[in-house]
Amino acid sequence: MDNLIDIKGVTHAYKTPNGPLPVLDDLNLTVPEGEFAAVVGPSGCGKSTLTRLVAGLMKPDRGEVWLHGELVKSPRKTVGMAFQNPVMLEWRTILQNVILPLEIVAPSMPSADRKARAMELLSLVGLEGFENKRPSELSGGMRQRASLCRAIVHKPDVLIMDEPFGALDAFTREDLWQTMHQLRANEPFTAVLITHDLRESVYLGDQVIVLSGRPATTQFVLDVGYPGEGLRQLDGLYTPQCAEMLATLRDQIRIAQGRQPGPAVH
Amino acid sequence: MRMAQKIGVPILAIGLFVAFWEFLVWANGWPDYVMASPSDLPKAYARFWELFLVGSWQTLWRTVAGLGLAVIFGTLLGMIMGFSRIARDGLYPLLVGFNAVPKATLVPVLALLFIGQHNFNTVLMAFLISFFPIAVSVGIGLSTLEPEYRDILRSLGASKVTIFRKIALPKTLPEFFGALKVSVTLAFIGTNLVEIISPHGRGLGALFLSGQTNSNYPLMFAVLIALAVLGILLYYGVVALEKIFAGWAERLQG
Repeated sequence: MDNLIDIKGVTHAYKTPNGPLPVLDDLNLTVPEGEFAAVVGPSGCGKSTLTRLVAGLMKPDRGEVWLHGELVKSPRKTVGMAFQNPVMLEWRTILQNVILPLEIVAPSMPSADRKARAMELLSLVGLEGFENKRPSELSGGMRQRASLCRAIVHKPDVLIMDEPFGALDAFTREDLWQTMHQLRANEPFTAVLITHDLRESVYLGDQVIVLSGRPATTQFVLDVGYPGEGLRQLDGLYTPQCAEMLATLRDQIRIAQGRQPGPAVH
Repeated sequence: MRMAQKIGVPILAIGLFVAFWEFLVWANGWPDYVMASPSDLPKAYARFWELFLVGSWQTLWRTVAGLGLAVIFGTLLGMIMGFSRIARDGLYPLLVGFNAVPKATLVPVLALLFIGQHNFNTVLMAFLISFFPIAVSVGIGLSTLEPEYRDILRSLGASKVTIFRKIALPKTLPEFFGALKVSVTLAFIGTNLVEIISPHGRGLGALFLSGQTNSNYPLMFAVLIALAVLGILLYYGVVALEKIFAGWAERLQG
């Protein structure tokens, strides 16, 4: 299989009043097509910078980001993004929110088709009947579901998520993990997930990438061998295999934190 | 029931206020040159109703014209300050300083600059006094737009104009209308300021002045009430526009 995402030797520093602040240092990462990559690391290690680089929202000081065999120089239509904040446009209904990317990417698409596509996803995540509600009328978990629909409504090659489940309560979070698997079973896409939750990274990821402390570099890559066949079951997280993977990751995070020279800056 | 309450309660409040005013004048035995009572006003309105109509119209259109200019100019200025840090740093002290100048001092300045152009001067004053809140709130609304909002569209390769039209503009509307509610009252004050201070003025302000010159105190009070009514109309006009264009920002109450 081809590598859909290829990050080669990316180094980046932010300019601050106190001089350059290096955040990424010779970071390498590859994600094969259709795979789900979960990225974990100590806080403030540059994970969010990574998402912005892959989305083409910024350029690295050094190194290259390749998407689908093309060098990323600017934003591309083939990317979907979801953030910790669902970023719903409050003046639009849920349906209109989900349709938004289609207005940009496929301006000539008939509105009936747009609506049908959005409704297909909304019903898949269990938001059928809420399409004409305003975002403020929905709970946080429902807004995040709508946000995920919006991120993939235009069938992007890659879905980039920056802690999308971070602000949700534990039960809602687990619900959304399962929704994530259902969405991928429905139409496969490559995904990069930034997360602080190791259980989440193991349950969702095909590979888990541990970044070192800032400036971040790829410290460790874990290939997830999730127990069980077919759609992953939450129960699998409580098997010895998963416990072992989680222990490995926890050790790696500890190492990553130890490498950090000072306390993490947020 | 809710509708009846919405209309009935304010009317009742106004009725109580008028009754209290009447009582106050009656209890103190004030003659109408100290303070006119509400019962003196109908006579004043009946006698000068033509002047009231003409004056109200003049005050109204000049206020709205000035406010219209303030909306256009204030929004443009706000956009410049919202998108450019340098413009923001450069313009803020200038604007604050300008806003701090008592506008009454500008009336003679304008009158000398544009001699005899009474309509123009009045509209200009209404504009000068009311653009500041609009510029500031549009500027703040645009500069505090969370980067994620921009990123959703930017990551799809949307142009700056598209991002402004689809995200920044609608997201700033509640702030804009908040400022407009302040500005509409300010513009109204600006119009009346010129009408009252400048000689040979027009509008309700001039009518007030002539009431003062002729020691017709009921007329003066009648003008004040007319001004209040006009101010209420203008304000609720803005509220109606807000409901249409930014009604989504209103939180649902259980």
